[in-house]
Amino acid sequence: MSTKENWPAWEVFTQQKNGAPHEHAGNVHAPDAEMALLNARDVYGRRQEAINIWVVPSVAITASTPEDMGPFFDPGNDKMYRWPNYYKTPEGIKQI
Amino acid sequence: METNIALYKYCVRIADTSLILAQRMCEWCGHGPVLEEDIAMSNMGLDLIGQARGFYSYAAKLEGKGRTEDDIAYFRNEREFLNRCLVEQPNTDFAYTMMRSFLHGCLSYLQFRTLVKSKDDTIAGLSEKALKEMTYHVRHASEWIIRLGDGTDVSHQKIKSALENLWQFTDELFEMDEVDQTLIKSGIACDLSLLRAEWDQMVNEVLAKAKLVRPTAGGYQSKGGFNGAHTEHLGHLLSEMQYLPRAYPDAIW
Repeated sequence: MSTKENWPAWEVFTQQKNGAPHEHAGNVHAPDAEMALLNARDVYGRRQEAINIWVVPSVAITASTPEDMGPFFDPGNDKMYRWPNYYKTPEGIKQI
Repeated sequence: METNIALYKYCVRIADTSLILAQRMCEWCGHGPVLEEDIAMSNMGLDLIGQARGFYSYAAKLEGKGRTEDDIAYFRNEREFLNRCLVEQPNTDFAYTMMRSFLHGCLSYLQFRTLVKSKDDTIAGLSEKALKEMTYHVRHASEWIIRLGDGTDVSHQKIKSALENLWQFTDELFEMDEVDQTLIKSGIACDLSLLRAEWDQMVNEVLAKAKLVRPTAGGYQSKGGFNGAHTEHLGHLLSEMQYLPRAYPDAIW
């Protein structure tokens, strides 16, 4: 906090109800983790949107790039056998 | 003193203190040091307005003259406001704002925590909601005081100056009179003198973490805000806050 640089960014994940996954809500700037949590509460949790909040330093996230899109995701589009509904349930079987 | 008259005054004192602090917090809207704090301070202002509304509405009902919460908030003059003088002090800077919220918040938190068990159901209900809000306000202000106090030379100087200048309004937070005595007897109000030790402890803990020295007892202490004796700042605040309904009494949303 001693320099005039911006505070680091934190990614905010909010959970809407018990058992639900934490979902990305946006980000905040804050000098440290505790303040990031308070800021996240004020920005993304003030209208009862959340019952739990995670904050993660944005620099800790490693993301795929737009260039990765082809090699990462396209090979999936002709491989229907990766989906469970590709397989027919044999007749007369109630559960697998 | 008749219970209903005492209860009316008791509610107006709580509501006025919340409303005036709310007005101060909302003055930050659009002027916060960072976006997140701008939102945080307006949020807390709105929490306080909610508290004020609840207590004004109840006061209006007790009074039974057909006035509304708005009538009480907007059509009284300075000497009729019964808020503690601490909350009318100007924002000055972010450090002042946090210190003011903290000193008031600690007592407000303790007061609502006691009032949750009030024999008056409406007060108990209003206090339950307010207690959660004040728990957060104290946490938010405490974290900032610690960071400013234990931060840079400049931030330390600012929060130190806020503490030393606002300290003269702390004894007043605990002032009581026959209104309180009447209601304490019937289990409605809370005895503020019993909260002093815990308030001291809360304050001392945060000041120690913030590397701040608590001002010594015996200095000048303001008094009487809860009976209408205010500092010069309240009139200016009211002139801004009350302008619209006074200029256009029939204005509606």
